[in-house]
Amino acid sequence: MNSCTERLKNGIITENPTFVMMLGMCPTLAVTTSAINGLGMGLTTTAVLILSNAFISLLRKVIPDKVRIPAFIVIVASFVTIIQLLLKAYLPFLDSALGVYIPLIVVNCIILGRAEAYASKNPVLPSIFDGLGMGLGFTFGLTCIGICREVLGSGAIFGKEFIPSDYHITFFVLAPGAFLVLSFLTAIQNKLKMPSATNVETAGTEIACGGNCAGCTGASCVANKGLVEAERAAAKAAKAQAAKEAAEKAKAAKAAKAAAEKKED
Amino acid sequence: MGNIFVIIISSMLVSNVVLSQFLGICPFLGVSKQVSTAVGMGAAVTFVITIASAITWPIYYFLLEPRGLDYLQTIVFILVIAALVQFVEMVLKKFMPSLHASLGVYLPLITTNCAVLGVALNNITNGYNFIESVVCGLFTALGFLLSITILAGIRERIEYNDVPHSFKGTPIVLVTACLMAIAFCGFAGLV
Repeated sequence: MNSCTERLKNGIITENPTFVMMLGMCPTLAVTTSAINGLGMGLTTTAVLILSNAFISLLRKVIPDKVRIPAFIVIVASFVTIIQLLLKAYLPFLDSALGVYIPLIVVNCIILGRAEAYASKNPVLPSIFDGLGMGLGFTFGLTCIGICREVLGSGAIFGKEFIPSDYHITFFVLAPGAFLVLSFLTAIQNKLKMPSATNVETAGTEIACGGNCAGCTGASCVANKGLVEAERAAAKAAKAQAAKEAAEKAKAAKAAKAAAEKKED
Repeated sequence: MGNIFVIIISSMLVSNVVLSQFLGICPFLGVSKQVSTAVGMGAAVTFVITIASAITWPIYYFLLEPRGLDYLQTIVFILVIAALVQFVEMVLKKFMPSLHASLGVYLPLITTNCAVLGVALNNITNGYNFIESVVCGLFTALGFLLSITILAGIRERIEYNDVPHSFKGTPIVLVTACLMAIAFCGFAGLV
């Protein structure tokens, strides 16, 4: 049972997906206009994460390595569809508030990231707890940001208004407010030198994103990193080779010209 | 015709895919260090989103809806997009090597870009017809290209500025994105 509690702590504190890993930025920015939306999105993602982790862990010896990413995507998409239908039936207000972001849980990098990094290599029970921990960490992050924006923007917590509407800063519930709240959050983390993906030094590679896979959000491209780097190195080598050849040709032409001029003299 | 014009303005400027819908934040923040790479990424996204809108529309209306399978749209769309990205990469490699050399490295990164799936799903939710879907896809993607290019240009300038220590890196990029989002709020009156 020890590994299970360790997984829970890891998800909620050590590797918190919102505050430490900075994963799943799209829902973090989009649905945190109020605390209840953040909580709803977090719990929905948690449900998908537990189910998909359990299923992928069960099937980890059956899925061939080469097609694992498409297989994971199908499993995750099936669970997202089930959860979406359940939400439509029993919590229609949450379904309409979250809108297109519920089907977009499929491409949430936390879920594919956990499937790739943990569930595909570990037994079922720890994988379930890993999903639960990560999900609760994500829920905690979204709810915190949601509370911040709701208090500042509409003077309320979970819909209970306690600041008169003259003092609401509507800016914070609009789109730009999301960027501002997140930027101050990461700036505070940098100031306090808290562990976070934003203050990790990026390795100097040729790839546009800096090749910082640990702090990256597109979990499935990790495998492509080597490939892309090799391709770029090959292109560079070919270019250098071509330049060398051109230089040699130019040199030869120059020499021939000089020789011809000498002859004329 | 007026309807198409409204879709163009609203998908590209008023409800910009990154700055007001928050789709595709990952490449927006990750691949915007230089203008050249940002334009490459934007062009690749434009290519894939336009083709994806053109393919997912007939799949939904000719395959899924007549058979009452519309609840499968999420699964079908994400698989179609993943296959499409692979296919586009192969076609480009074979027939347009020069285009592949400039866009190819960005293509594998696009499968998990939520803007592609988001636009495909929005086209269905909004009940667009085929032409409207393709136009909406193209101009949403051009909106992405526009905003990522502007952000990359600003980031290149920020390199030379004296940014407070704790705001270096991601925080100042997010502040920049916030200011851009405010500017794009100004388009709200257009439609």
